[in-house]
Amino acid sequence: MDAKLASGGISSLENDGRATWARVEYPKIDFEDLHYYAAPKNTEGPKSLDEVDPELLETYKKLGIPLSEQEILAGVAPENRVAVDAVFDSVSVATTFKEELAKAGVIFCPISEAVREHPELVQKYLGSVVPVSDNFYATLNSAVFSDGSFVYVPPGVRCPMELSTYFRINEKNTGQFERTLIIADKGSYVSYLEGCTAPQRDENQLHAAVVELVALEDAEIKYSTVQNWYPGDSEGKGGIYNFVTKRGDCREKNSKISWTQVETGSAITWKYPSCILRGDNSQGEFYSIAISNGHQQIDSGTKMIHLGKNTASRIISKGISAGVSQNTYRGQVSAHRKASNARNFTQCDSLLIGDKCGAHTVPYIESKNSSAVFEHEATTSKISDDQMFYCQARGLDEEEAVALIVNGFVRDVIQQLPMEFAVEAQKLISISLEGSVG
Amino acid sequence: MLEIKNLHAEVDGNKILRGIDLTVRPGEVHAIMGPNGSGKSTLSYVLAGKEDYEITEGSISYNGVDWSELGADERAAAGMFLAFQYPIEIPGVATMTFLKTALNAQRKARGEDEISTPDFMKLVREKSKELKVTPDMLKRPLNVGFSGGEKKRAEILQMSLLEPTLCVLDETDSGLDIDALRIVSEGVNQLRSPERSMIVITHYQRLLDHIVPDVVHVLSKGKIVKTGGKELALELEKNGYADYVDEEAA
Repeated sequence: MDAKLASGGISSLENDGRATWARVEYPKIDFEDLHYYAAPKNTEGPKSLDEVDPELLETYKKLGIPLSEQEILAGVAPENRVAVDAVFDSVSVATTFKEELAKAGVIFCPISEAVREHPELVQKYLGSVVPVSDNFYATLNSAVFSDGSFVYVPPGVRCPMELSTYFRINEKNTGQFERTLIIADKGSYVSYLEGCTAPQRDENQLHAAVVELVALEDAEIKYSTVQNWYPGDSEGKGGIYNFVTKRGDCREKNSKISWTQVETGSAITWKYPSCILRGDNSQGEFYSIAISNGHQQIDSGTKMIHLGKNTASRIISKGISAGVSQNTYRGQVSAHRKASNARNFTQCDSLLIGDKCGAHTVPYIESKNSSAVFEHEATTSKISDDQMFYCQARGLDEEEAVALIVNGFVRDVIQQLPMEFAVEAQKLISISLEGSVG
Repeated sequence: MLEIKNLHAEVDGNKILRGIDLTVRPGEVHAIMGPNGSGKSTLSYVLAGKEDYEITEGSISYNGVDWSELGADERAAAGMFLAFQYPIEIPGVATMTFLKTALNAQRKARGEDEISTPDFMKLVREKSKELKVTPDMLKRPLNVGFSGGEKKRAEILQMSLLEPTLCVLDETDSGLDIDALRIVSEGVNQLRSPERSMIVITHYQRLLDHIVPDVVHVLSKGKIVKTGGKELALELEKNGYADYVDEEAA
C-alpha cells in the first residue's frame, strides 16, 4: 500500500529530511516510492508460533530471545523469563505473557491495541516526548506509523520480567515505522529490550522509528537495544537506513532512564537516544557499543539535557571501526539556567581495526549554570600487533583474537545489558567483525 | 624434537640471526645466554611465529613438521609456548576468560572438545594455587596493572594450563625479586618432564640456580658461539661475555 506524502506536516518539508549535521552519505530517498505499510503475507497473522517464518525463529534463537511460551515455561528459570512483542514489517504479530503481566497491572501490547483499549494513556503521553514536528523522520513516523509496542507500568510496580520487542523488516521495498511508548508511573521499574533484524536485500530500506519513554517520580526505565539490521553486502550494496528518534523524559523528581545499545547492523545509522532530565535529582545514562564494518556508516550518540536541579548523567560510548566504515560519536550535554549542580561524566573510546576506516568524536557541551560540572574523556586506539601476536601465540586465530580484544574493549557496556542478552551480544560482536582482519 | 638448522632471520631488513643450529630433544632443558642485542629475544619470536620476523635461510622443524609456513596460533596448537619477557596487557579481558579462551582455541585446533566450565574452574584453582595466583588476580584484566612478579606468574600459569611440549622462557627472571623468582622457578620445574622440551633465555646465571639446564649455549651476534654444560653458566657469571664477543668480532 502506498501512502502519499500530502498529509500532515510532511508536505511542508521539501527536502528529503537529510540530517545536515551527520557524517553520513547516501543518495536521495524517493519517499513516493516507499511502501509505508506492509502486513505479513498471511493477513490474519500467525495463529501460533508454528506458522511463523522459520528463518525468523532461527534469528530469535540466535539473539537468545525465547518466543515460544512453552519453551520458556519448560526450560527457563522464572526470573529469566522474557515477555516478547514481535513486530514483522508493520504489524505486531505476537505478544507473550500478557496475562501474567496483567496480573501485576503491567500493560504490554501492540500500540494499535493500546489506542483502542487504553486511549486515555495514549492520548496523554503519545507525542509528549517527541513532538510531531521534532525532525523529518519523526514527522514521517508520526504520519504513517501503524504499529509498535506500548508499555505502561503502574505506580509502585516492579515489572516482574524483562519486556522485549522484536522488530523485523521482511517485505521488499518496505519501510518500517514503528512507534514505541513506555510509561513508568511513580515508583515503578521496567527493563525493556528491543532486537532488530532484516534479511538481505539489494535495495536500501528505511527504518524510521520513534521511541518515547516517560519516567514519573522515583521511576526507572532501562532500555536496551541490540540492533542487527542488514548492513549491506561487501560492496556496500543494499542495507537498512536506520534513522531513529529515541528520547526519554525523566519527567518527575528522582526518576532515572538508562539507554544501552549494541549497534552492529544497518548500512547507515543515525540515532541519538537522549534523556531530558526535567525532574530534580533525575538521572540519565547512555551506554553504547557501535560497530561499523565494510561500508557501514554510523553517526550516533546521545543528548543529556539537564533542566532540573541535582541532575546527573553518565555516557560511556565504545566505537569500533573496521573495513572502510565511518563511525562517529556525536553527543550533546547541556545544562539549563536552573540546573544547579548538574553533573555529567562522558567517556568516548574509539578502536580502529585496519587503516581504511574512520573514527570521529564530536562532543557538544553547553552550560548555562556555573555550578554544573561536566567531564569528558576520549581515547582512540588501534588493536596493536603486539596484542594480536600475544593472543595468537596462545592459540587464538586472527578472528578469535580480534573478537576477544574487542569484547574486552566493550566490557563496561556489555555489563549493562541484561544477563541473558550479554552473552548473545558478545557473539554478535564477533560475527559482525568477521573478515575485518587479514 | 625441535630442530633448528642454519637459521637466518631478519626484522625490517635488519639481519639478526646469522646461522643458528640447535637441536632440543624431549625432556631437555637448554639455556641460551648472551649479551644484549645478541638475538636472544628475536630467536624466541621467530620460534613462536611473530609476523615481520622473516626467515631468510635455514629452517625450523618440530616433531618432523616444517614450521616455516605455520602461524603463531598453529604452532601453539602444535605445542609451542612462549613465556613473554614483557607480557602484553589485554584491557577488559579477565585473566580467567583469557585462559579459557586460549585453552579452548587450542583444543578446537586439535579437534578436541571444549573443556566444560566446572572442569576448567577446577583446573585453574589447582594450578593457580601452586603459583600463588589469587582469585582476585584471575578476575582482573590480563596483565593490566599487574606487578612484574604477577605478570610472570600469570605467564607460567598459562604455561601450566596449556601444557605445551616446547616451552621458551624469554628472560622470565627479569623484574623478579628473590621470592617471586623462587615461585616462578618452582612452577617451571614442576613442568619439567620427559616429554617436554624447554629453552630458557636469560642474561643471568641466577635463574639457572633454580632451573638447572642440561645444556648452556652462548649466543653472540646471531650465532651460537659456545655450547657446554651447566658449568658454562658459572664461568660466564665470573668472566662475562667478553671472551665470546671478542672472539666473534675477531
